[in-house]
Amino acid sequence: MATSTSKYAYIACESSKCVGCQLCEYICSYTKTGEFNTYRSRIRTVRAEEVLITTVACRTCENAPCVLACPREALSQDPVTGVIKIDESRCDACAWCIEACDFGAIAINHETRLAEICNLCSDKEDGPQCVKWCPKECLELTTPDQRAQHARRKLAIDEVLGPR
Amino acid sequence: MGYSGRILHIDLTSQKNWIETKPEAWYKVYIGGVSMATRLLWENIEPGCDPLSPGNPICIANGLFAGTPVPVGGKYGLATKSPLTGFEGDCLSGSWFAIALKRTGWDGVVVHGASPKLVSILIDDDRVQIRDASNLAGMNTFETEEAIRIELNDDQVRSATIGPAGERLVLFSNVTNDGRQAGRTGHGAVWGSKKLKAVSVRGTHGVAVADPETLLKLSLDISKAAQGSSTQKYRIVGTVSNVLNMNKIGLLPTRNYQQGVFEHVDTISGEYLKENHRVKTIACAQCPIACEQMSRVKDGPYAGAMTGIEYESLYATSSNCGISDLRASIKMIDLCDESGMDTMSTGVTVSWAMESFQRGVLKKEDFRSAKHPEGFEPNFGDGDAAVSLVEMIRDREGIGDILALGTRRAAAKIDAERSTESWKWAINVKGLEAPGYDPRGLKTFALGLATGTRGGCHNRSSAYDADISGEVNRFTIDDTRGRIAREAEEYAAVYDTLPLCKFIRRCFTGKADRAGAWPTIAKLINATTGWNFTYEDIDLIGERAHTIKKAFNIREGWKRSDDTLPYRWMNEPLKEGASAGYFVSEEELERLKDLYYEAKGWTKAGMIPREKLIALGMPDLAEAIGV
Repeated sequence: MATSTSKYAYIACESSKCVGCQLCEYICSYTKTGEFNTYRSRIRTVRAEEVLITTVACRTCENAPCVLACPREALSQDPVTGVIKIDESRCDACAWCIEACDFGAIAINHETRLAEICNLCSDKEDGPQCVKWCPKECLELTTPDQRAQHARRKLAIDEVLGPR
Repeated sequence: MGYSGRILHIDLTSQKNWIETKPEAWYKVYIGGVSMATRLLWENIEPGCDPLSPGNPICIANGLFAGTPVPVGGKYGLATKSPLTGFEGDCLSGSWFAIALKRTGWDGVVVHGASPKLVSILIDDDRVQIRDASNLAGMNTFETEEAIRIELNDDQVRSATIGPAGERLVLFSNVTNDGRQAGRTGHGAVWGSKKLKAVSVRGTHGVAVADPETLLKLSLDISKAAQGSSTQKYRIVGTVSNVLNMNKIGLLPTRNYQQGVFEHVDTISGEYLKENHRVKTIACAQCPIACEQMSRVKDGPYAGAMTGIEYESLYATSSNCGISDLRASIKMIDLCDESGMDTMSTGVTVSWAMESFQRGVLKKEDFRSAKHPEGFEPNFGDGDAAVSLVEMIRDREGIGDILALGTRRAAAKIDAERSTESWKWAINVKGLEAPGYDPRGLKTFALGLATGTRGGCHNRSSAYDADISGEVNRFTIDDTRGRIAREAEEYAAVYDTLPLCKFIRRCFTGKADRAGAWPTIAKLINATTGWNFTYEDIDLIGERAHTIKKAFNIREGWKRSDDTLPYRWMNEPLKEGASAGYFVSEEELERLKDLYYEAKGWTKAGMIPREKLIALGMPDLAEAIGV
């Protein structure tokens, strides 16, 4: 199974709470493109089976494979935030970045002929809009370390009170 | 804005398709969902058409809010002439199919004619393909959707399909998409008669609206409100919480409506289901409420069966069949969903067969099948027998071939052969099997059911609200009931036309009444379309939607005597529980109908006067119904 190898923050989904409503996709596509089109969302709802639901966005991998794969050096990674940046003058929609991504987090916009990926709404004062508006509060801007802390804490509680 | 102005027509006989454009004025009257779908039906069928002939069109009308962030707006309407009732058959379903269809840019789709061999339709943005579907023959609904996705190698293709029951023309078979059903009035049989296995859509365009900023803000506010107490019932236990409530007031259909109280209610309640079977609560696409209680059988012969359970499916397959073991009920519902059959009509038809056996009209040898060569005894409470009957209906095997016709036709056929009176316990209105609210103790709802344009349906008339909330005395009648029934059905018709799921109705302001909901709904419509709809315009949406449905029925020969109730409810008082002693007398029903027709502004015969149609801006309907 593909897992994040990052020290950077990314948008994680607590799958047991996600109901598959796609509100994150509407918010995202509107924030990024000004239109309601879930095809243009940088975060994607996935329903593998009726009850197996989650969402996926960029995991901000360290040494991001998408950056390494790009033959035109159109992709770069912010060394502080881990956000992947796409140089529009260099990207020619060849889709090598898509092939390199284990998470399916990148899409090609066939109209603009550019790759599209989550940037954690780093240009927004109030942070990722999907996190802000998820009605079930299952999205979180977090790092693998923070996730591990939560997991340990949950384990400690479950050990005492039993799984809830 | 909000519409493309284009309706796609596809003829399966000639294999041709064409585009029809509609003016903005037409959309302002019919809006979308069941209203627009029924209008498309009105325009594309000859009166008197056999529902299972090529002349009966499949009419799909998308929702105004599909593909936008408006909560619970991801829904579409379907209309066809119902093979069960012979009148209008309007249905709703939700989730991805509606959204994908919106993104193709078609406001509606009309499928005409019939194909000689099994086909599916692919609407790929602007392109339309009629595809050979012989490889999908006999597949269940979920398999069919998945097989099409694999065939086209695209997860984002969404399909509305029929299962084996629709292919075999089970008269109460339905259309399924994304695990949701356009459940009632037998659409699956109409698709089956056209040899249409599926309509698939792939839509990639964005959805443009007049004022996206405002629409998004309104949507986010409603979405927030939808996490609070106004939707608690749906989110926490789901509609199945009705089981205990209905039992308490003595109106939980039990053993084919012979009783209103079930002695084993504690093992079929929503609370029991949650505790013992629930896996996860999920949502339709575009819905922030999430009410669907996905429930699984963990042990016994039906282990592994899993599906979403609603109250209407649950009463029909549990108390109504005397069944106290939810494992059998979940299996029956799962079988219905896979096979593409209406769970309510299936359950009520099975219970009719059980009572016919109880009363000696049907005998053990009538229940022979490959699995039971000697026949079996379908006693009330026997879950295995009920599961076998569902399979036999799906396969039209043995007695299943007759049960597949629904209670009205099955009873008529058996009674004609055997000089019996099983029609007295065929619980349907206009041929559509009844819902899970026994109206003998809900007199306003009794009126709503009797006058329902699509037959025995709780969803198109919400008149039970007035009875159950205590707004009126539910056991008696008075002069207010005509007005209340009218308001309840037109209120529901607004939601069914936009369409918005009714579970959102308390999330606008906390109050579900017109004053609480209409101002926000008007804002949503205006931000989407750029129109200037007012409170009064929202009222008109509901009245017009109901009028086109009623006009269709009149053109098909509807008469006052068609607005009636099953024999049992009008002649046999409930014997026990909180509604004991009550029934709906003929005198009561006729008076209620008088009050209702008057409140609607109709004649005593229940006809719509010309002036009424002119006042509603629908003068073109007048000539066709002879006024």
